[in-house]
Amino acid sequence: MAGQRFAELHLDRVQRAFGDTVALKGMDLTIKGGEFVALLGPSGCGKSTALNCLAGLLPLTGGRITLDGKRIDDLPPEKRGFGMVFQNYALFPHMSVRRNIGFGLSMRKTPKQELARRVDEAVRLVQLEEHQHKFPAQLSGGQQQRVAIARAIVLEPPLVLMDEPLSNLDAALRLEMRTEIRRLHQSLGLTTVYVTHDQEEALALADRLVVLRLGEVQQVGSPEEVYAHPVNRYVAGFMGYRNMIPVTVTAQDDEHATVRADGVELVGVKREELGAQAVAAVRPEDFTVVAEVGANTLEAVVEIVEYHGREQAVEARLGDGSQLHVRTTSRLAPGDAIRLRVPVERVLVFA
Amino acid sequence: MTTVVERASLKHRLAEKGVDRVLWLLVPGAVFVVLLFVYPFLYGLQLSFQPKGGGSPFQNYVTFFSDDYLAETVWITLRLGLPAALFNVLASIPIAFRMRGRFRGKRALTTLLVVPITLGTVLTAEGLLAFFGPTGWFNRIWIALGADEPAKLTHNYWGVLFSLIITGFPFAFLLTLSYLSGIDPTLEQAAATLGASKRQRFRTITMPLLAPGLAVTFCLSFVLAFSVFPSAVMVGNPAGETHVMSIAAYETALRDNDFALGSAIAMLMALVMLVVIGVVLIWRTTLYRGATGGKG
Repeated sequence: MAGQRFAELHLDRVQRAFGDTVALKGMDLTIKGGEFVALLGPSGCGKSTALNCLAGLLPLTGGRITLDGKRIDDLPPEKRGFGMVFQNYALFPHMSVRRNIGFGLSMRKTPKQELARRVDEAVRLVQLEEHQHKFPAQLSGGQQQRVAIARAIVLEPPLVLMDEPLSNLDAALRLEMRTEIRRLHQSLGLTTVYVTHDQEEALALADRLVVLRLGEVQQVGSPEEVYAHPVNRYVAGFMGYRNMIPVTVTAQDDEHATVRADGVELVGVKREELGAQAVAAVRPEDFTVVAEVGANTLEAVVEIVEYHGREQAVEARLGDGSQLHVRTTSRLAPGDAIRLRVPVERVLVFA
Repeated sequence: MTTVVERASLKHRLAEKGVDRVLWLLVPGAVFVVLLFVYPFLYGLQLSFQPKGGGSPFQNYVTFFSDDYLAETVWITLRLGLPAALFNVLASIPIAFRMRGRFRGKRALTTLLVVPITLGTVLTAEGLLAFFGPTGWFNRIWIALGADEPAKLTHNYWGVLFSLIITGFPFAFLLTLSYLSGIDPTLEQAAATLGASKRQRFRTITMPLLAPGLAVTFCLSFVLAFSVFPSAVMVGNPAGETHVMSIAAYETALRDNDFALGSAIAMLMALVMLVVIGVVLIWRTTLYRGATGGKG
């Protein structure tokens, strides 16, 4: 089983408006055959709208979508032949697992023997052999999810669209299914567009991330790029830079900026052109608790400590009252006065 | 001390079994059902076995089936009730299909479709007489289009059928709409992404999930149509082709003063309805009747 490969799917200023609200503001994106692309953002960022536009379930209000140069945005969903996995799975409740999986093939008038063979193969692929004659209502959430995936990929679609497929599962199952999806992608090489609001899921699965906000693309890049080098404070916040410390810029060159926070001088990486006021973004795990005052070191008082096993999650407060989130292996207690050092390259300064 | 604890635990045990003061809310309903349905029904049933002229307890039923004028009413009533119910259910499907979801003017259109309920049978019959009568608008246009004589659409079978459709359609439509709205729209979207055309989606997804609801809608529409009385008199031919069972029961009981035979006819009416409903509901058990909310 393998998808029919295409070279390039191109979204050209794709726009979708609902009345006066524009859910997707001119999205440009090129997806290469075989890629796993994640659309990432909070609810209302336009990621599901983009997916529905790709599937053909929502007509565009502007722009165009082309597949290897052929325009497809005027085709109805049934003519596009893309597989889609829905958030609520959308399994047909009146059909057995086998008939659900074979639905697309029977719509295509696939000969009986071939249909049975391909359904067998898909059932095996998602490990549902024992459950293939059951109805969706008799399956657990994870099994329903597998049916939904098998139903979408049995047609060997050129593109698989997944709309937050793991959001209805509990935490342990979510991790398991995540690995399953990655495994399927690696073994079948299906081009996949995956929508999620969970940055961990996106980082774990995707070859390329598209971060969206209010209908606009913020950043496109590999997981490493987006994780380590977010382009603006919004993407940084979404990528786990929980500390956004308000600072005053005292000096800047092409690469670095020197800023003042709580009376202390910090040197960080300059990510944008800066004015006088800026924010320094730091991940909780990039702080180190140190004994003596030195360069790039903030002084704070511990307020709340949560035990997380090997690490502790600490909330501390700076002298000027702003709050810091810290993850550390040092054992701290509320009331401790601590010094927190952060390396220059782990401080990102945004306008 | 002990007694207080025991009394509390009895109350608690009863509440666990659903016995508490909220149960009193059922009393008015139960009283009404017993007084206005169970008692009159059983009274009528035993009355039907006490023929006016004496003889076998089944004499009334024998009389009914040996008198062609009476026996024929079963067929006459079925001939009105079945097509009317079938038409109303079938006609409500495409309209409800179009009316689900949100769109401009939905409320106005729904109101328009449901208004006939509020009119009542008598007003509808009056309207039909005026519109379809020999000098009504319909026949004026019919003649103007070149017909030789006015079409006879009142005081016969057709008049009553039209009346049953006009008054019965809103019920069928409202029921079908609510059943249809209960089907998760993403099921159809999923079918579309799997290559099903509009027609295939309707045939393979919407219809199978809607069918059990349509069976219930058909039963209720049929019961409504089968007990037709006022329009069979006003726009029908109550002595001839629209001599329905309810008219026969009424005439026997109140004109001929034979309450026992009248009761027997009423009992047979109930029996015919139960048979039709039974057949439809047995067919319904062969269908998928589970959730239609999409999560399976």
